Amino acid sequence: MADLSQTPGGQRRLPVPRWLKKTAGTVLTVAVTLLGLLFVTFMIGRVMPIDPVLAVIGERATQAQYNEVFRELGLDKPLIAQFAIYVNDVLHGDFGTSIRTGQQVSEDIARVFPATLELATLGTLIGVFIGVPLGVLAAVFRGRWIDQLARLVGLVGYSMPIFWLGLVGLLIFYGILGWVAGPGRLGVFYQGLVPTRTGLLLVDSLIAGDWTVFKDAFSHIILPASLLGYFSLAYISRMTRSFMLEQLNSEYITTARVKGLSEWTVIWRHAFRNIRIQLITVIALAYANLLEGSVLTEIIFAWPGIGQYITTSLLANDMNSVLGGTVVIGTIFVALNIFSDLLYRFFDPRAK
Amino acid sequence: MSDTSLRAWLLADAPASRAQARAAAWYAGWLKLRGNTLAMAGLVVLVLLILAALLAPLLATQDPFVQDLGARLKPPGWEGHIFGTDSLGRDIWSRIVYGARISLYIVALVALVAPLLGLIIGTVAGYMGGIIDVALMRFTDIFLAFPRLILALAFVAALGAGIENAVLAISLTAWPPYARIARAETLTIRNSDFIHAIKLQGAGPLRIITRHVWPLCISSLVIRVTLDMAGIILTAAGLGFLGLGAQPPSPEWGAMVSEGRKYILDYWWVATIPGLAIFTISLAFNLLGDGLRDVLDPKEAGQ
Amino acid sequence: MKQSRSLRAAALVAALMGSAALPAMAETPPNMLVIANRIDDIKTFDPAESFEFAGADVSRNVYEKLVNFDPLDLDAGFGPELAESWEISEDGTEITFTMAEGHVFASGNPVTAKDAEFSLRRAVILNKTPSFILTQFGFTPENVEETIVATDDSTLVIKLDQKYAVSFVLNCLTATIGGIVDMETAMANEVDGDMGAEWLRTNTAGSGPYKVVDWKPNESVLMDLNPNYGGEKPAMERVIVQHIQESATQRLQLERGDIDIARNLSPEDIASVKETDGLKVVDELKGRLMYFSANQKNEMLSDPKVLEALKWATDYEGMAGSFLNGQYTVHQAFLPLTFLGALQDKPYSFDLDKAKAALAESGFPDCGPIEISVREAQERIDIAQSLQNTWGQLGCEAELIVGTGAQTLDRYRAREHDIYLGAWGPDYPDPNTNAGTFAYNPDNSDEAGATGLLAWRNAWGIPEMSEETLAAVTENDTDTRREMYLAIQKEHQQISPFGIMFQQIEQHAMQENVQDFISGGATTAASYWVVTK
Repeated sequence: MADLSQTPGGQRRLPVPRWLKKTAGTVLTVAVTLLGLLFVTFMIGRVMPIDPVLAVIGERATQAQYNEVFRELGLDKPLIAQFAIYVNDVLHGDFGTSIRTGQQVSEDIARVFPATLELATLGTLIGVFIGVPLGVLAAVFRGRWIDQLARLVGLVGYSMPIFWLGLVGLLIFYGILGWVAGPGRLGVFYQGLVPTRTGLLLVDSLIAGDWTVFKDAFSHIILPASLLGYFSLAYISRMTRSFMLEQLNSEYITTARVKGLSEWTVIWRHAFRNIRIQLITVIALAYANLLEGSVLTEIIFAWPGIGQYITTSLLANDMNSVLGGTVVIGTIFVALNIFSDLLYRFFDPRAK
Repeated sequence: MSDTSLRAWLLADAPASRAQARAAAWYAGWLKLRGNTLAMAGLVVLVLLILAALLAPLLATQDPFVQDLGARLKPPGWEGHIFGTDSLGRDIWSRIVYGARISLYIVALVALVAPLLGLIIGTVAGYMGGIIDVALMRFTDIFLAFPRLILALAFVAALGAGIENAVLAISLTAWPPYARIARAETLTIRNSDFIHAIKLQGAGPLRIITRHVWPLCISSLVIRVTLDMAGIILTAAGLGFLGLGAQPPSPEWGAMVSEGRKYILDYWWVATIPGLAIFTISLAFNLLGDGLRDVLDPKEAGQ
Repeated sequence: MKQSRSLRAAALVAALMGSAALPAMAETPPNMLVIANRIDDIKTFDPAESFEFAGADVSRNVYEKLVNFDPLDLDAGFGPELAESWEISEDGTEITFTMAEGHVFASGNPVTAKDAEFSLRRAVILNKTPSFILTQFGFTPENVEETIVATDDSTLVIKLDQKYAVSFVLNCLTATIGGIVDMETAMANEVDGDMGAEWLRTNTAGSGPYKVVDWKPNESVLMDLNPNYGGEKPAMERVIVQHIQESATQRLQLERGDIDIARNLSPEDIASVKETDGLKVVDELKGRLMYFSANQKNEMLSDPKVLEALKWATDYEGMAGSFLNGQYTVHQAFLPLTFLGALQDKPYSFDLDKAKAALAESGFPDCGPIEISVREAQERIDIAQSLQNTWGQLGCEAELIVGTGAQTLDRYRAREHDIYLGAWGPDYPDPNTNAGTFAYNPDNSDEAGATGLLAWRNAWGIPEMSEETLAAVTENDTDTRREMYLAIQKEHQQISPFGIMFQQIEQHAMQENVQDFISGGATTAASYWVVTK
């Protein structure tokens, strides 16, 4: 994506002082939001009626070992002090150590996040490449069978319990038909064959030029990504349709039609062109939703991503991991929101 | 009043009273909704579902909790078990019927709690303005920035698993959009003449908000809640699936899917049937909601 | 398409591993063992800290111990490994080990008595959860310099605080914590005086047949041969253990030939595997017990007749014959079968009449509401629902309190439960591991805080039985010791607030060609080095 602050056009449109002021305001807003996010998660972790010490030492520990870990975790300090220490650590990039895996939370996240990123990205791509044309067609042929089909596809998507669909999908496509590979990201034989560069297996295997690994990774990701893609498709096609309807009903389109332009030109060159920015904000939102919303899919497909990481950590009362994961996801969510907001402000003529 | 005169009264071009105008608007909406086959289908399913929940003891062929370890995992149709039996030999049909009560109970509670929270925060923010508005809206943004399912999970983990806590957790994650709607409505109402008039009469902010602002916000909230019902069902089922919703042995559908997934290869019905039940009810809510959207927001209408 | 993909993969792996042989129909490469298991409990590989099932499996294949079990003859008990022989002093408080020749760490360093001294001292000094297995003999961080001493490179002397049954001491040394670590490698990676603890969490430095090459938490553990292993070269050059949560998934992978062994199949999936050509199921009795226990702080539940009623109103055979089919066998004493002194009597069966009679004699003929604390795991929830069902028939209304492992445990340790439904696995292969927790609680006061003892957690004060348990650990005559444990268990069955119900049987589903996969029985962990296929 282009860095907006570097576009000359962008700078000319907004004089520096206002731009500075806006940026400062945005930064402050984001900072407050993230701090709040941190605080809420932290408090949830601390009021949980579970003993974090027990999560570390397990069932057999003696009282003396218990007391030692209690002090090590800093639990003898007042709550506010604990929070201050935690925020300070986070600002230095230190999310603490995971109780469950015994590793640095930042390392854990660096390992699991690419898995979610890969899944959500492919899911969103599927959603966009099917959802956008479907939405456009539904608007153009409003009320006809294709519109009804789009509507039904969308409604079914909104109504499907994803954990169940995933289970049934796995049963059919992996268990019975054998068209796709099973749960996980990669078959066991292929593990460690390509060097990790980006953490995205599809990309890494392409860089390494290893087609067998690429095929296996693709065979693993395609089913969960299609499921997620279906859900974002439902949202994207509905929004596309409604944006297109707005355009198609507007006067300039009528004018264009009167001028005798072909329907194809009217739809794609005029109407669609005008909804591009709106569409990008919708896609950004759908993307953010998939990044944070793939928890159940990851669990069904044993996908070692951040959603599964946070959930299992939560159930194991591994609060450092939950905090770290939530902050990362929350930050990305906020960032995508701001990105689409800025995009909208810069390019939408009415917002100026 | 006969049927025809009632109809005439509702369809009158020039309503004689405010009540008549409002009733006429509702009636016109209803006529439009009735024309939408899919929405009506959704409504019928929901009505059936509510009936099923109410009449559960009559419809159930067995006690949903009674186990029979000798007759476990029997297929649909086996000795009068319409949907077969689960891993503890309980009748799935009876459990589904009783499960409808739980689903409706959750939806009803969330539909009460979440908008109420949003209403309070949104109207206070909108009416008071200034620093309170900024603070409350920032607070709302923080909750909006959370991964929702994870936040709900965290709440349930903190509060302990169970239906009421699941309801609370879902409500705590669902209120921010309602707060935004309520605030937007309040901002337009706040400066209207009639509020100024009431103020001059000496009414305090609490009275104005509860007696005059709230009633005007409610209709837009109700619409939004109806559209969100399916989402609530799915979230509740997701929590149940993760073992954080209703506790065993209660026949919550999400938990039933979770229990049955162990057996999905050989005994497909144990997980599939409750999954279909969740799908059916949330589709019904979506169909109805979609129809309502058409009625209320003609711009996006399909026909 | 499926076939050619697997073949290509196999060829690729074979090429990488320098092996040209490739049978036409093999799905996994012949020199590689692929196992599906639940390994999300692994937190560390450090023998001083590791205390989880999956961690013990790794540890056993990576670290050798002074004495150990032969996987092909588990019943024989412990035998020499790194120590070729040992001698006991006359008063029974000093054991002198003579180290065997020819054991070499993966780093190439030979194993000496100094390494053994370092490893055992280290485990005591670091004082992690499993350290009690060693410190129960009187070792403390302060006295290890005198009590655990390598007098030269081939002699290690350990001094105990009193006389114990020798088998008890040596059995404890076969536990994971007895693993001998390469001192040089560990200390080369020391950070802030941690004796290599941080490094050993994720890396291994042992003299066993394998070394860990890669570990992705919650995903997989990859082990390759230790090139310097002193013993016979194992047939499996690479072992991959993959974390697969779902039974159904494990079964599909097994059916498709993606894996060699599936370790967590449900009874239903096992039944189907048994019918499938080319697959087989091997049963192995494990040490894990499933029990319910009643908090004696609860007045009603401390009435012996109420306890008796609950024990009669439990459908042992019904559960073992249905949802636990093949995976648990009814067992009602605190020592698991195959342990020295395990009591085989099963005095209780599902008998509502006897249960009702016992309840009528109690001070609470109408029973009352009971809360059953159970952790969020399908198998346990199923058992809890069955208890709820049959106790309900007795008139005792039970409510399930389901929580995460940590939540349930928290309540249990705080003695806040009514009924706790739980599992207990032995920590080391000696009867004292269970006797010392089910039948030992000398001080029942809240202040004692003996949260590690199951008897204390249930507020069951047993000064006399505690004495008997203590006496049994010092008895050196095996037959007498067996009789002592049998007597304790018989009394325990009658009067204790523990309703021990089942002992676990692990059902391993595998490809027909896999031979000698032994997961360690009730006494130890899995041994990959003897597997062939």
